[in-house]
Amino acid sequence: MPAAKPSAPDSRWIDERIGIDSIRSLLAHKTVPVHSATIWYYFGGITLFLFLIQVVTGILLMLYYRPTTTEAYESIQFIMTKVQFGWLIRSVHSWSANLMILAAFIHMFSVVFLHAYRKPRELTWLSGIALLGLALTFGFSGYLLPWNKISYFATKVGTDMASWVPLIGPGLARVLRGGEDVGGATLTRFFALHVAVLPGLTTLLLLVHLALVQKHGISAPPWLEPSKVRSMPFFPNFLLRELMAWYGALAVLGCLAAIFPWELGEKADPFASAPAGIRPEWYFLAPFYTLKLIPSHVLMLDGELIGILGFTLLALWWVTLPFWAVDREGATRVRWVTGAGVFLIAYLSVFSILGYIR
Amino acid sequence: MQDGRRSFVQWMLGGGFTASILSFIYPAIRFLDPPKTTEAAVNEVPAGKTTDLKPNAAKIVKFGSAPVLLLRLSETEWKAHSAVCTHLNCTVQYDDVKRLIWCACHNGYYDLNGQVVSGPPPKPLKEFVVNIRGEEVIISRQA
Repeated sequence: MPAAKPSAPDSRWIDERIGIDSIRSLLAHKTVPVHSATIWYYFGGITLFLFLIQVVTGILLMLYYRPTTTEAYESIQFIMTKVQFGWLIRSVHSWSANLMILAAFIHMFSVVFLHAYRKPRELTWLSGIALLGLALTFGFSGYLLPWNKISYFATKVGTDMASWVPLIGPGLARVLRGGEDVGGATLTRFFALHVAVLPGLTTLLLLVHLALVQKHGISAPPWLEPSKVRSMPFFPNFLLRELMAWYGALAVLGCLAAIFPWELGEKADPFASAPAGIRPEWYFLAPFYTLKLIPSHVLMLDGELIGILGFTLLALWWVTLPFWAVDREGATRVRWVTGAGVFLIAYLSVFSILGYIR
Repeated sequence: MQDGRRSFVQWMLGGGFTASILSFIYPAIRFLDPPKTTEAAVNEVPAGKTTDLKPNAAKIVKFGSAPVLLLRLSETEWKAHSAVCTHLNCTVQYDDVKRLIWCACHNGYYDLNGQVVSGPPPKPLKEFVVNIRGEEVIISRQA
């Protein structure tokens, strides 16, 4: 490995103040394993890139958006019809939100199938899962902001599910809605959550996640002999490839946003019936369809409670994966984890498809 | 003796510090809980004229801040139920082909008496009373 180059004379002033040489030496020692599944390493970076797109387009949308029930829908209509390239900015924001969640799911499953959650990366896994939770909360809170019919009923259902959480449910639902039902108070709360609370928490957690990735390095799959794993320097080899992947993601995003502009739908009316064919965003389709299947009562318990308990147990089982993936001798249960990953993908895909077509 | 004093001072300082932090956090948490609105209870609302609704049709009527589904089953038979699905709070609608009340969110069905027919709703829809005064339809709470 070549030693880091000495600082150029003109960079000495900056180096004395921020220690740029230590960053350069850190980058010079960082490597990425090269094997048949290296391509999956790019999805973490793609998720980060799409998050940055969200931040930029979100700030632009905030210049015109108004979070009240009388103006929210109209302000988005204004953005889409009067503001120059407003339709494109809004479409890019919506499409990149969906692509970001898709990239995060791909990143998560690649971590599972490459068994990158193993010791000492348990906290990296937990911070990643928390980031996915924040991304889904971003999606749920942002969905209401256009104040259209579909988003209104999706929020009614989502916040009502919160009311089934044992003990704290009704209070939690009231705090989420800002009252007894979904209305103007819900919209302002979701707006504050979407543009202030979640970005702050995500930025903090993202820094923790990236610091942990930096500390432990990038994991190679357990079936590769550690001494025989080839590697490439992170800088510039991997970084340049990652930037090419970002550029590819930008191309896909631009095409989707321009060819299939995101629709606005009809304005929400609290005194209208839920429209036929109502369904949530694709990433909530599986729980949505599961709720349709659960009968009203199961063994003296309400169906909704069974649903909430079931989802909570499933989430706990998944979150604690790095801890049950290790047997008493400390070896990784590779087959169990791969089986669990296949099971979860099968459940999510089959139930999402059924939720979409039925 | 020295240790006892030190421990006492540590407890006092620690307790005081914790209490001072809690005194700032408590109002913030209470701030999140929205005030309970003291809206006057509505017991009766006019729901338009009898001619507004044809037989085998329905409409949503505002009953205070809640939606109520008014059904005209025949020339003379009227019904009204809460339009809030007992499953997850969606607003129901009338299916005039099946002659059932339907919730589009999770495919729950109720009969015309508000009783659950199929799907996930756990309870029947709350019933309201419909009275016809001349040409005017009046919906009121059940006694």
